[in-house]
Amino acid sequence: MAAYNLLIVEDSPTMRQLISFSLKRLKNVKIVEATNGVDALKKLSEEKFSLIIADINMPLMDGLKLLSIIRSDPIYNNIPVIIVTTEGAEADREKGIKLGANAYLSKPIQTTELLKVVTGLLKIEN
Amino acid sequence: MDKNESDIIHKAEEFLKVFRKGEEFTQELLKENERLRYRTVQFEDQVKALQRRSEGPEIENLKDTIAHLEEEKTALINRYKAVEDENKDFAARYLEVEDENNNLANLYVASYQLHSTLDFTEVLTIVVEIIINLIGTDKFGIMLIDETTNELSFVASEGIDSIKNKKIKIGDGIIGDVAKTGENYFEENLESFHPASDLHPIVCIPLKIKDYIIGVIAIFSLMEQKNKKLTKIDYELLSMLAGHAATAIFSSKLYSQSERKLSTIQGFIDLLSNKNK
Repeated sequence: MAAYNLLIVEDSPTMRQLISFSLKRLKNVKIVEATNGVDALKKLSEEKFSLIIADINMPLMDGLKLLSIIRSDPIYNNIPVIIVTTEGAEADREKGIKLGANAYLSKPIQTTELLKVVTGLLKIEN
Repeated sequence: MDKNESDIIHKAEEFLKVFRKGEEFTQELLKENERLRYRTVQFEDQVKALQRRSEGPEIENLKDTIAHLEEEKTALINRYKAVEDENKDFAARYLEVEDENNNLANLYVASYQLHSTLDFTEVLTIVVEIIINLIGTDKFGIMLIDETTNELSFVASEGIDSIKNKKIKIGDGIIGDVAKTGENYFEENLESFHPASDLHPIVCIPLKIKDYIIGVIAIFSLMEQKNKKLTKIDYELLSMLAGHAATAIFSSKLYSQSERKLSTIQGFIDLLSNKNK
């Protein structure tokens, strides 16, 4: 059984696969993918997660809305959340941090940086 | 006995006392002198013995051992330095391999996604996603050649609303030239780049299957975090896109055409079979 259960919330299949591919290099991790905020909430109700990586711009429910729901729910509010932002989205980034995001990554995502942030938040060795 | 005589006797007795004390002191000095002479002789013997030993084979052996150990120490220091250099090389190589690994992952994902569908619109969306998310550009367009008019027109774009309806003749300007020659175009100095016109790209790559050019990808600006620089992986991704995106776009276009033809033929068949009934 994997020690860390990671949830990737991203509408772009390319980005989802890239993040997932990068995270699979960590030991003892299981990766679950969600295509938007609503899908993420469904996945959250089904199993426990150690960390969430969420894009901001997504259909149905964006990353910021998802983050605010997670932070206001006592069951999920301790899960570390990384938000993924695009260039020129400083306002979104600041909003994300204010809502309780633990870290943010800018696109294009660098694998080294992603692994550094994830291992730092999970307190595991890369 | 008068007073003078008793004084003389008294002085004589005192002198005698002082003389005896002097004698005792002299005796002690003589004894100490003798003891010191004896110690001197002992030390001289010891020094002689040590000198004899220092000239002996034992010392030579020890000197040899020291020289040998010194050599060994120098060799170990040199080996340590070599291992340290080797470690630095390994660390640098590790980082290189790590980078290469990340680059390969990006290339794999891009290539996998490009060939994951035969839907023309989906393929275009994937190419757009790759250009935005893997290369990091915010203004670009995908142009395809219309063979009836010999013109390039945008089929997908991002951040270039003012020019996305423009058409470019093959051979016109940088973009038209890339479509004609099939050669990649990379602006040499991105830091001091000033576009000559709104259709002046920083990067333009042909979409080609072998020598058959179907269009181009024109990039007009990079995201701010790219610091006006293209990395090694960007060039590799762009080169990969030139071939793979072309194949994916071309095959999806052919597939949708064949789907349309198939449904038309099917329509005819249905019509004919209904007539025959």
